[in-house]
Amino acid sequence: MQTIEASPAADPRVSPAPPAEEDWTEIIEPRVGLLDLGLKEVWRYRDLVLLFVRRDFVSTYKQTILGPIWFFIQPLLTTITYMVVFNGIANMSTGGVPPLVFYLSGVTIWNYFAQALTATSTVFTANAAIFGKVYFPRLTMPLSIVLSNLVRFGIQLGLFLLIWSYYLLTTDALHPNLYLLLTPVLVVLMGLLALGLGMIFSALTTKYRDLAMLLAFGVQLLMYATPVIYPLAKLEALPEKYRWFILANPLNAIVETFRFGFLGSGSFSWAYLGYSALATAVILLVGTIIFNKVEKSFTDTV
Amino acid sequence: MSDVAIKVENLGKLYRLGEIGTGTLGSDLSRTWARLRGKEDPFAKIGETNDRTTKGSSDFVWSLKDVNFEVKQGEVLGIIGRNGAGKSTLLKVLSKVTAPTTGRVKVRGRIASLLEVGTGFHPELTGRENIFLNGAILGMTKQEIRRKFDEIVDFSGVERYIDTPVKRYSSGMYVRLAFAVAAFLEPEILIVDEVLAVGDAEFQKKCLGRMKDVSVNDGRTVLFVSHNMAAVKQLCTQGLVMRYGSTIFEGSALEAVNYYQNSSDTNSYFEHSGPLAEAPGNDNIRLLKFAVKPLRGELLTISSGLEFELTFFNQKAGINLDATFELRNLDEIPIFHHGALLTTQNDSQQGIYTVKGQLPGYLLNAGIYQFKLLFGESQRHLLFATDDVLQFEMLNESLGSNNSILPGILRPDIQYAVSFVDAVQV
Repeated sequence: MQTIEASPAADPRVSPAPPAEEDWTEIIEPRVGLLDLGLKEVWRYRDLVLLFVRRDFVSTYKQTILGPIWFFIQPLLTTITYMVVFNGIANMSTGGVPPLVFYLSGVTIWNYFAQALTATSTVFTANAAIFGKVYFPRLTMPLSIVLSNLVRFGIQLGLFLLIWSYYLLTTDALHPNLYLLLTPVLVVLMGLLALGLGMIFSALTTKYRDLAMLLAFGVQLLMYATPVIYPLAKLEALPEKYRWFILANPLNAIVETFRFGFLGSGSFSWAYLGYSALATAVILLVGTIIFNKVEKSFTDTV
Repeated sequence: MSDVAIKVENLGKLYRLGEIGTGTLGSDLSRTWARLRGKEDPFAKIGETNDRTTKGSSDFVWSLKDVNFEVKQGEVLGIIGRNGAGKSTLLKVLSKVTAPTTGRVKVRGRIASLLEVGTGFHPELTGRENIFLNGAILGMTKQEIRRKFDEIVDFSGVERYIDTPVKRYSSGMYVRLAFAVAAFLEPEILIVDEVLAVGDAEFQKKCLGRMKDVSVNDGRTVLFVSHNMAAVKQLCTQGLVMRYGSTIFEGSALEAVNYYQNSSDTNSYFEHSGPLAEAPGNDNIRLLKFAVKPLRGELLTISSGLEFELTFFNQKAGINLDATFELRNLDEIPIFHHGALLTTQNDSQQGIYTVKGQLPGYLLNAGIYQFKLLFGESQRHLLFATDDVLQFEMLNESLGSNNSILPGILRPDIQYAVSFVDAVQV
């Protein structure tokens, strides 16, 4: 429930300027400050964010027979494919962890990132019709996408936990530890990273569609630069001079920490995680600035 | 303390013409470089106005230029102008869909804009779900929507289908539901762009009524863009006329409508001079002359009757040629659409034809009318159709004590037969 704040009489601001000039609710101007995100406005539209999340879920699985079961089928089939191809055929090591748990852990957290990024990156082009006709804080759209992917991740995490506990109880191959408690931090970091990158891409795609092409296989390639299908320890197989390329990837520490906490295999380093957090902050900042600049006038160029 | 709801100051909006994409990276960089140094945009020429009929010299055009006006609280402002006058751009800027290039707009109160009904409707969702989604997009909270839900459903008249996905709706039902959501918005300022052109006549009447309700009873400020002069006159208190991206007239709604109607060229005469190939038309037909004159007297009045005369060049020999005259009034209501068969034996000749027609007096009411011409082959294939080629005004004639123009499209001279039947004692 909101009322309009700027009832002239209730305005407590004292100003020497002519009073009539001072109690505007809003001033529409060519340009706004770089970081003027209007978070207050987004908060006012919070119902819309939730409704968008709901719409995503309801519309995705309408007129499917299996409905929400697809949430489980997707990661399971991917995991099985990886098991067959990378573990079975290519004979790649999983660092002593049962392949099913190893790949599923990677796939679960990777999918969260990849899907959030892909969906966010098309925010402007996919919603040009709505954005061109009605104003609401544009930020609600990417936020709702990340949120709905968060929910999806939650569901898939449930599946992972189920299989994980089975292996935990029946074998002694898994050694979960206290770093498991970092999971919420990792999830937030990953969400923000996807949001930041997505905003950058979505803003630039309004003008240069080339980036949409780049992103489609870029995400695919990025997965191989992230220890999703191999343990980070395997990196030693790579020549020294290329290793930095993988280590520079901020996703690295996030995926590796997630796996380390749950499976007890791999490594953990505060330095790497700190680097990831820093990189996320920078990307989010850049994304915000670009997004903010573009949202004002993208309807003219999209 | 002031009662101004919207104040527009020096508003301008620059658009880039042509394709955006390949080759613009370079000019983008030089624009950014110029802006960083605090210089003017090197690609924006100053002072070029938006006249779409003439070819400009740069790729940039001012869709809005130096627009200034104020709207007071509770006013209903009608914005009128020809296509491309900048009306829609103005609404887009006001509703924050796109940012202005120069100037600013000061607003007091929450704005909701209806540039289109049903924005954000998702075909897979049910009517109920879409009401909530669409309402939220338009700026309502869940609680507000829940409170008005029954009214919305009631107004739309699709109660029976409310739990059916909207993709199964007929287009009429879809539009009704969409307008219903919008109709129950409660912003301080409502911006409406011709969304009334939806639904059947009954529903349109309902919509107009609702808009009137919103402005008169609730005292909200409304900005209304329309080509429908009748609706503007009926709904609005103030009027604003735009041309080529600037405002050219401000005043009461009636004055603005009159200004607009009179400023659009009321010449009851068209004649082409110059080479035949440059006359309006195409390879089949070239329009040479079209004129309207009174049958009797010097002036076109409701009693004078009128004669129209068309002269054109026909290229196609050996066909059945026909010409159709379409007359509309300024509310775009067709008065008639009537054709003349020029040749019936497949014996048309290449050359100049003249067609004359007459309308008797006491048929058309006073007002401004527009003629449109359509040329056809065998009453089947369109050879050429003009835009409104001619505009003329029928003047009123005072007969008896009543000097004002009578309402109605027709102005018949009816002979009444009156007789006293019987005296009745009550």
